Amino acid sequence: MSEKIIVLENIVRIYQIGEVEVQALRGISYSIERSEFLAIMGPSGSGKTTLMSILGLLDRPTSGRYFLEGEDVSSLSKDQMAAIRNKKIGFVFQNFNLLPRTTALENVELPLLYSNINGKESKERALAALAKVGLKGWEYHRTNQLSGGQMQRVAIARALVNEPSIILADEPTGNLDSKNGAEIMDIFTRLNREQNITLVMVTHDPVIASYARRRLYLKDGQIVREEINGKTDGQASVQGGQL
Amino acid sequence: MKIFRILQISIRALSRNKMRSFLTILGIIIGVAAVIAMVSVGEGAKKGVEERFAAMGTNLLFVQPGSRRFRGVQTGAGGYVTLKPEDAMAIEQYCDAVAAVSPSISTRAQVVYANKNWNTQIQGTGEKFPQVRKWNVAEGTYFDETHVAAAAKVCVLGSLVKQNLFEDEDPIGKTIRINKIPFKVIGVLESKGEQGGFFNRDDIIAAPYTTVMRRLRGVDYISSIDVEAISADMTDEAQRQIEELMRERHRIAPGADDDFEVRNMTDVAESAAQSSQIMTILLGSIAGISLIVGGIGIMNIMLVSVTERIREIGIRLAVGAREKDILLQFLIEAIVLSVGGGLIGIIIGIGVSRLMKYVPTFEGITTVVTPGSILLAFLFSASVGIFFGYYPARKASRLDPIEALRYE
Repeated sequence: MSEKIIVLENIVRIYQIGEVEVQALRGISYSIERSEFLAIMGPSGSGKTTLMSILGLLDRPTSGRYFLEGEDVSSLSKDQMAAIRNKKIGFVFQNFNLLPRTTALENVELPLLYSNINGKESKERALAALAKVGLKGWEYHRTNQLSGGQMQRVAIARALVNEPSIILADEPTGNLDSKNGAEIMDIFTRLNREQNITLVMVTHDPVIASYARRRLYLKDGQIVREEINGKTDGQASVQGGQL
Repeated sequence: MKIFRILQISIRALSRNKMRSFLTILGIIIGVAAVIAMVSVGEGAKKGVEERFAAMGTNLLFVQPGSRRFRGVQTGAGGYVTLKPEDAMAIEQYCDAVAAVSPSISTRAQVVYANKNWNTQIQGTGEKFPQVRKWNVAEGTYFDETHVAAAAKVCVLGSLVKQNLFEDEDPIGKTIRINKIPFKVIGVLESKGEQGGFFNRDDIIAAPYTTVMRRLRGVDYISSIDVEAISADMTDEAQRQIEELMRERHRIAPGADDDFEVRNMTDVAESAAQSSQIMTILLGSIAGISLIVGGIGIMNIMLVSVTERIREIGIRLAVGAREKDILLQFLIEAIVLSVGGGLIGIIIGIGVSRLMKYVPTFEGITTVVTPGSILLAFLFSASVGIFFGYYPARKASRLDPIEALRYE
């Protein structure tokens, strides 16, 4: 049975830059099922990063509704959004976004710090998360002593540690060479298959996108096309385009 | 619960940048140390004054000339020169709450013995001065009533004067010259020691007041009368009796202002303590300004630190930190800095005030570090942290997570 973890209803996001209004998203309606592995693709300016910010509750849509696990999260307060980011969403960024001069373990523990988990449990969970991404033995290394691939694995462990409903990855391999990039994608694939973690990834690299089960193409703030395991589904594009 | 963890984060963040943290708190360290050291100087002076008056006894009263108005011209206190030796005798004779009196008049003079000379205060007193002022002779004797009656050229040296003029020589029976007039030394006063403040009580020569009046000053009045009441409880009664007698003797009409003033030790001690209190406040507030400057230093560095750490703030917001968490983290960092600086400053301040007497310029100075000044400096430095840390902390907490994450 498939359960819809994310439902977007006609999401519009307009930025006001001085006198000019920029429509970053022009009515996105889409739903993502639990355990999905989705890649969002599109040229720069297509609105994929804005969509990612809204999915990650870093930003609020100008209009439209966003349901996360059945709960309407489109108009929450900043603190409520922070609490949901903490519990339900894990982020992986292109530039890793780890705290400098801090150990891998401390970085992974960071989300737990803001969710009332005591020190002992926090450490155990962080160690387990690091082991899952193959960084056993690197827990007490500082982030500046790690390679790019290792830093991204620390970031994945950090995204995993609070057992989120969904992991959002923004160009996760953008700063890595192809070998490290492939390793990161293997970890994502494994987490998705073995632990049924829902993954949404923004990329413009078709090779990386090919790891995903579903690919969503954006252009000018609208969904233009959807691919599922290689075949094209035009239905979404019609829907997205007209709304 | 969470405060402790945020404290931990703050300390970790600060220890990642030790040099900067140290430079930040330097201002606070200097400010707090300066406050403590300066206030200890003021408190030391105050304590010296208090001890000196306590040593004189609480049943001591002073009769001094008051201010007067003569044809519309108001003179200052002590403007009267009408306090006469006869007033002192009458007080001793007619006031039954009075145990003893000693008329007082003083001058400064150059004192010569052999090839040494010294400038000091010549205190003219009655023969009962040792009893009234609770100040006895250590060697020899004090002069008696026949010396006073005859305006004899005898004197009793304060221990510092003795030290300066005679060193190890025995001064008793020797002749010194005060303003070229030969005086026979008949005794040496016991040392009162250095009691803080700015003058040394042992730097004095006592002589019969009659001698000082006639031979050194050439006047017929005295400047004050020291009065000993029969007991501490009787000082108020003695004061009343003296006032009554003096009004009668000076023929002051009922309702007219007194031309004299009777002060008891408590009044004198209070006003002296008050003036040293003013000095303490003055010294403390000058040092306090440096503490405020230190606080501005903290704000400065915290603002720079917030800008430098925008990315870190973005990461924390992304993983679920609320505005309040970020605000608290940066506020606690500022407080940790100022309180840490405060503690180090307290230690240095205590050290400085202890070592101050070894610096030649401050020789003889007494310093007292009071718990009050430590508490004040500590609370002040902590509030400096809160006050100057709040603005940068609020700035940090208001950042937009998306922009913060993208910040290069």
